[in-house]
Amino acid sequence: MSPQQHRHPSHRLTRLLAATAVAATFALVASGCTSNGAGAIDSKYGFAAAKQVPGSKITVLVDTTRQPLALAFQKEHPEVPIVIDTYDGNPGGSGSLQAKIALDDQAGSGWPDVVFSSQTNDTAWAGKETNGVQPYAAALNKGLLDQSFLDGFAKGANDPMTVDGTVYGLRNDLAPTVLWYDKSLFDQFGYQIPTTWEDFQALSDQLAKDHPGYIMGSVGGGFMAVDAYYWAAAAPVFQVKGNKFTTNMSDPNSVAMTKLIDHMLANGTLTNKNVFDPAFIKNYKGKVLAMPGPAWFAGVIFQNPDSLGSAPGTVGAANPLFWKGQKEVTGDVGGGVWYASSHSTNLKAVAEVLKYVTSSDQAVKLASGLPGYKAAADAWLDQQSSGGFFVGDFKGAMTKAAASVWTGFGFATFSSETAWDTKVNPVIESGGTVASAVPAWQQELKNEAAIHGYTVTSK
Amino acid sequence: MLPPVGSRRRGAALRRRSDSGQRTMGYVFVIGYGILLAAFGVFPTAYAFYLSFTRTGAFVGVDNFSRVFQDYRFLPAVQAVALYLIVMVLTLTVLVVVIALVVHAIRKRWLSTTLRFLYYLPGALAGVASVLLWSFMLNPELSPISGIFTSLGFSTGVSLVTGGNLPVIFTLITFWTGAGGWIVIMYGALNNISDDIMEAARIDGANALQMAGYIQIPMLRKWIAYMGLLTIAGGTQLFVEPQLLAGVSHGAIPPQYSLLQLAYSYAFQQADFSESAALSLLLLLVTAGFAAIIVFRGGLFDRD
Repeated sequence: MSPQQHRHPSHRLTRLLAATAVAATFALVASGCTSNGAGAIDSKYGFAAAKQVPGSKITVLVDTTRQPLALAFQKEHPEVPIVIDTYDGNPGGSGSLQAKIALDDQAGSGWPDVVFSSQTNDTAWAGKETNGVQPYAAALNKGLLDQSFLDGFAKGANDPMTVDGTVYGLRNDLAPTVLWYDKSLFDQFGYQIPTTWEDFQALSDQLAKDHPGYIMGSVGGGFMAVDAYYWAAAAPVFQVKGNKFTTNMSDPNSVAMTKLIDHMLANGTLTNKNVFDPAFIKNYKGKVLAMPGPAWFAGVIFQNPDSLGSAPGTVGAANPLFWKGQKEVTGDVGGGVWYASSHSTNLKAVAEVLKYVTSSDQAVKLASGLPGYKAAADAWLDQQSSGGFFVGDFKGAMTKAAASVWTGFGFATFSSETAWDTKVNPVIESGGTVASAVPAWQQELKNEAAIHGYTVTSK
Repeated sequence: MLPPVGSRRRGAALRRRSDSGQRTMGYVFVIGYGILLAAFGVFPTAYAFYLSFTRTGAFVGVDNFSRVFQDYRFLPAVQAVALYLIVMVLTLTVLVVVIALVVHAIRKRWLSTTLRFLYYLPGALAGVASVLLWSFMLNPELSPISGIFTSLGFSTGVSLVTGGNLPVIFTLITFWTGAGGWIVIMYGALNNISDDIMEAARIDGANALQMAGYIQIPMLRKWIAYMGLLTIAGGTQLFVEPQLLAGVSHGAIPPQYSLLQLAYSYAFQQADFSESAALSLLLLLVTAGFAAIIVFRGGLFDRD
């Protein structure tokens, strides 16, 4: 066969492939152009609900921690057809949920009906229209759930998911920061439990002098530094109002917290090792005198044998620290959220699942932190207090902390934590001070805000 | 005895039938690849092309591209990938060729076979798994080789997996996972060099170094060019390494360190598929440019 003959069929094939590709592109472009944008607002729900199909299957997307709860629902309610799917739960602002929803929006199908997320800032994107597709998160207080049920949540619990009076998500657990302390060490060293940041710093000097090697906290990871320190100190480093973003590092509270962190890093009582870093556990197991940290440290850090694994009856939670003479406020480190899909075809079942996972007895039993639903929270606190693991007024401190989260901290479509990790932590690691990294940190936050469509303002 | 006329005609017909049969088989062989190429190569590229010039369905010209250029994360990402490419491609090319030559020169059969097997082994691990393995190796607080790191002055993951060390670290990982396969390929190519030529050189008194420099490496030119082409294409798509090692550095590697991570951020953190597509197209252009240079300069399409 001559080369000529060889070439012809391959040419034909190339043409065929090209034609297929072009045709496919047109098909796709055409489908991409069909608008699946916001339809008519349904007066029953307060958003453009999909056509309801009673008894249709719903998908519940949870992380592995919440999987037993979803399975419990399935067992107790065999009449509700659900499919349980798991994912990483969006930890550390990984954006895996946002990635999934963005793809579903693009495809025009596949949205999970109910979803659990470990991030409190998801409403910033899930509660607004994206690329012409209606907000993923369904409005919950416009007919889907009764007001009496919504009123059962702790005060302010659903604030991070509320935009202009519309509630887009239900708080799974509250994560206010308290002052965790090791009572046996306090007794042994003869110290008083501090109540203010000023006392806290003074005690750190004492501890550094008397017992070097012991620590009073960790700023490893933005979630600790930003949420458990700056937020808890009422420092306006991350504020969002509508489309406006502000970060004020020269506010007196911001400056004071930066100084406190630098002071304690210098005297060795504060570490920049992440509490989830095996090195933290290796170096500091049994050496943590006190540590500001969220409510969920109860199960995740102190009762967890793979973490600090404290002995029962040694650790307690004290009231959150505050600045002398200022309002007694505290910070908040995450806390999970349940969302419903506005695209669901079985909203009745969705409402049932939402109620179950936030307020049922199983929700209390399987909770790893302070539940957002008041009655569930009380039951959980009683369960924890009567368990005898924690000493002191555990319930009192938790209740006080939950009611005093500072409301000046904002939620944006980008994480408030990554800028600390990229700009500040490496500086601390190489021996520098937080103060020296503040300009770069602030600039990074501003850049991030601008790129995500916020107007950066100074006030 | 002449064969009967009829039989000759039958023979020709047979040959024609087998020709057309071969042609059909050719289609069958290529169609599977063709379909996959259209579905996962041509079609996504065409879709990216469409997306990059539009925004929610409306034509916006080069707006998406200029947004990418104005992004404060764009230049640092270009810089990071470029630096990595330079370090990685140079190291990989030089070391792979040298190791292949050395292994080829080993006369002991068992040793040469064992070495090739050992080099190849890490590449047999799936990419992500091997990067995960490195995320332990590179954490001085957990690593079995922590002694080396501490003697170099790195005591924590944050101090080691950061800034200027990154191109070197990523090169190390790429080399460890990818070099083995290339060493085996180069070894095969060296085997292809005719013994006569090597023999002639040896008789002319060339030593091993001269033979490598004047005969083996020039004859490997196409293979080296081929390796360069694929490693550059792979290197510009740096993603898994920074994404996974960010954990070791406790987030000191920004989530938009490489260009592909930035594209990923556009699509999935900002729900901006158009900008993501624009950046992808830019990457395609750059890679295609490199490929063109290598193909024409490296004589990759020349026939011997």
